[in-house]
Order: sequence, then C-alpha cells, then structure tokens
Amino acid sequence: MIKQVFHSGLAMLGMVSAVAWATETPASLMVHYAATASVPVSALSAPRGAALYRTEHPGRNAQTVSCAGCHTADPKQAGRTRVGKRIEPLAPAANPERFTDAAKVEKWFRRNCMDVLQRECSAQEKGDFIAWLSQIK
Amino acid sequence: MNYLLRGIGVLATVGTISMLAFSLPSGGKAHGDGGGDALPRLTHKNWQQECASCHIAYAPSFLPKASWRRVMGGLDQHFGENASLDPATQADILRFLEANAADASPSQMGRRVMQGMGANDAPLRITETRWFVRKHDEVPLATWSRKSVGSAANCAACHRQAEQGVFDEDAVRIPK
Repeated sequence: MIKQVFHSGLAMLGMVSAVAWATETPASLMVHYAATASVPVSALSAPRGAALYRTEHPGRNAQTVSCAGCHTADPKQAGRTRVGKRIEPLAPAANPERFTDAAKVEKWFRRNCMDVLQRECSAQEKGDFIAWLSQIK
Repeated sequence: MNYLLRGIGVLATVGTISMLAFSLPSGGKAHGDGGGDALPRLTHKNWQQECASCHIAYAPSFLPKASWRRVMGGLDQHFGENASLDPATQADILRFLEANAADASPSQMGRRVMQGMGANDAPLRITETRWFVRKHDEVPLATWSRKSVGSAANCAACHRQAEQGVFDEDAVRIPK
C-alpha cells in the first residue's frame, strides 16, 4: 500500500517535470513559425516541407547532402549520424517527443540547415517542415 | 493510519532526496579510476546530453586541455558538421572537459594518453594521439571503413560498452 502510494507519487512527479520541460507541440510551433514569417498557419505547406526534406544539395566533399541522408527516406524510421549513432525518428507519429521543446528545435534547425543548405532556414521553411512531418500518420 | 501517513512522508522525502541526487547535474565527479582500460565514471549533464547527441561522449581524459579548447572553440565547424551550442552550455562543457582532461586529472588513462605528447601538442582528433594509434595498430585499414563500423570515431562499433566507459580488450567484438 505504502509502496503503491509512493510509486504513484513518483509517477506524478515525473509527469509534472515532463510537462515542465516539454511545453510545445508541433501545432504550437507551426503557429509560432507562421507568425514569425507573417503568414497565416494555413499558408504553411506540407509538400514544400517534404521537398525541403528530400532535396539534395551540394555538400562540402563533392557529395550531396540532404535531411533524408541521415534521417533516411522515411522519417518514421530511425536514422544514423555520420559516425554511426542512432537518430530517433523525426516524425511525431513514430516519436512523440519530436517538436515539443522549442530550444531543441531551434538548435537543430540552426545546425542542420547550415550543414545541408549552407545557410539558416527561414521561419516559413521551418513551419513547412513541421507541417509535413506532423501530418504523417 | 497516522503511522501509515508518517511512513509515506518519510518514504517520499527519502525518495525525493535520492531522485535529486541522481538528477542534479554534478560538477563532473569521478567515482574512482578502475584499472585496465576502464575509465573513471563521470557524470555531467551537458557533456552527456550534448556531446552524445551524434557520437558517444568521448572521455575528457582522451585529450589534453589544449585540445579540448580547440574542439570547443570550433563547434560551428566540428569535423565537417555544425555542432554549435549556446555560449553558456559551451562554456560549461569546456570547464568540465578541462577539469578532467588527460593532463589535468590523475587518471591512468590520462597518463597513458600524455605519454609522448609534446608540451605544445593539441591534437583535434583522439585518433591522432600516439596512444590511440599504438592501441589500434593491429586493426587493418579496411576494417575501419566497413559499413558496420563507419569510422574510427564510432568506438561503440567494436567496444560495445564504450558508452559505459568500458574499453577492455577482452570485450572487443569487431563487426563483420
């Protein structure tokens, strides 16, 4: 009995801290990026997001780079970093933790857009990208 | 019932304290230096979270302080990838790496890595250190480029418990 109460107490503590860390949702981030781009959320485009994910760009060593290169052609699958470490799936349908932490989302857009596009992504592009990934069932 | 409630209170307090002990970012505390090729077990929240996003969190004792300063000063071009961090996190991780670097901590691994290292040497890659080269001199070149290995940066391909700091030669399994 005591153990049960203790365990459910721990579980509640865990939930509270999870909520405290993950306040965003894919939908709320789409609202944020649409507002930053000064467009309505309805102007975000899943097909444009898919194209951003798949398009191959000239890389540094005469090889092409794309998001799909590391995250695989199917964002519901796990990818691999260049040194072979597993990357959890990008699509929220396969990995509900995705797009729930604004700072983390910004950090990875900054890094990966610089690597793939050699520039930062625009707010519109970020919104398109999440629009596409979040409608994958 | 009173005792029951009090018991729950005590348990909850103990539980909370022990949870805090596990979840607090420690200042990078070492829990002893195991012999052989076992590394001191280090805990540091940002080092583990950030450095281990793309590869294992390489042990600070694999490189001297000067190397870590070069690595952390060039994260926007980190071996061909942008691994930039916010300044506060970057500084926090560098402090931890310097405090536990090969030439800072009295670890056995650190002493080995520093053998033959010049005073001004600051290699960017662990694989460039004499210690690493000597330790892996029997591994054929072709093995490193196997798809299952990927590159020499992927310690865990062969050292299956690398993430736990275990690099014993007996535990090495080179994948096909």
